[in-house]
Amino acid sequence: MKNIKYLLVGVVFGLALTKGEAISWYRMQEMFYFQNFHMYGIFMTAVPVGALSILLIQRLRLRTTSGELIEKPVKKYHHGVVFGGLIFGFGWALTGACPGPLYAQIGSGYLVVIVVFLSAALGTWTFGYLKDHLPD
Amino acid sequence: MEFFYAPWPWYVAGVVIGLTVPTLLLLGNKKLGISSTLRQICAACYPAKIPFFHYDWKKDSWNLFFAAGILLGGFLGGYVFANPEPVAVTAETKNLFLSWGLDDVEGLLPQELFNWENLITAKGFLLMVVGGFLVGFGTRYAGGCTSGHGILGLSALQWPSLVATACFFIGGIIVSHFVLPYILAL
Repeated sequence: MKNIKYLLVGVVFGLALTKGEAISWYRMQEMFYFQNFHMYGIFMTAVPVGALSILLIQRLRLRTTSGELIEKPVKKYHHGVVFGGLIFGFGWALTGACPGPLYAQIGSGYLVVIVVFLSAALGTWTFGYLKDHLPD
Repeated sequence: MEFFYAPWPWYVAGVVIGLTVPTLLLLGNKKLGISSTLRQICAACYPAKIPFFHYDWKKDSWNLFFAAGILLGGFLGGYVFANPEPVAVTAETKNLFLSWGLDDVEGLLPQELFNWENLITAKGFLLMVVGGFLVGFGTRYAGGCTSGHGILGLSALQWPSLVATACFFIGGIIVSHFVLPYILAL
C-alpha cells in the first residue's frame, strides 16, 4: 500500500495539531482576541520551517523518493481567495476549527464534531453546485 | 509518563507542522492541504451532475489517508494520551469566557456548547451546523484552508495565500468579536 506512508505523516501532523492545542476552540478565541502568543507562535515557527525547507528543496534540486523533480507549490489568485477566505473565517470563529482540526477533534473523542464535519462537506458540495454563479 | 500527556509548547508543534511540508513533497510531490479532502468526499459519495465533483478523485486518494492519519493522531494525542489539565489559556481569556457564561474550560472545546442535545437549539445549530457549513463552503471557494494557504502557500511565498490567510483572520476576528458573544447569549 503506497498510501500508508501518508497515513503515518498524518498521524504525526495530527498529533502536533492536538498536542499543540491548535484544535482547541478555546485557543482559537484567545487568538482572535489577541490575548496570547501561543497560536501565532505556531504559525510563526511552522511557516519559516516550511519556507526554509522549500528553499532547500529548490536549491538542491531534490527529487522525491521515486525520483520525480519536486515542483514548487503554486497558489493562483482569484476573488474567491477574498470572499471564500472571509466566509471560512466566519466559520472558523464559530466552530473553532479548520478542516484539519475537525478530523483531530473527532479522533479526540468529540463525536458531535462529526455533525460539524458533515455540514462542512455539505458546504463544499454547495460551493460546487453554485460555483458557476459565484464571482471568481 | 507525564511527558506523553503534556501539551507541546508552540515551537515544538510549529516545527513539526512546518516539517510536514517538505515531508509530503519529498515522499511524492504532495502538497499539504486538508480542505481538499472534503471535495474528495463529495466526489466519491455524491458527485450528482456537478462538474466540480467529476474528476479522478482516486488519483488523489493519498489525502484521504493523510486525513485518516490526522484522526488517528487526534485519537492518540487527545484521547489515549489526553492532557488531564484544562487548556492553559491566559487569565484574560478565562475572564472573557466567564463573561460569555462559560465557566467550565475543560477538554479542548466547551462541551456545554458542543454536544448532541444542543444541535436542536439555535445556539448549537449556529455554532456547529452553520459554522461547519461556512468552513466547508469558504475553504473550497478560497481554494484552501489554514494548512493549504496558511502553512503551505505562505511557505512557498505565494502572495495569494497571504491574502487568503489575512481574510481567514479578518473573518474570524469579526465573528468572534461581534457575532459570537450574541450567539452565546441566546
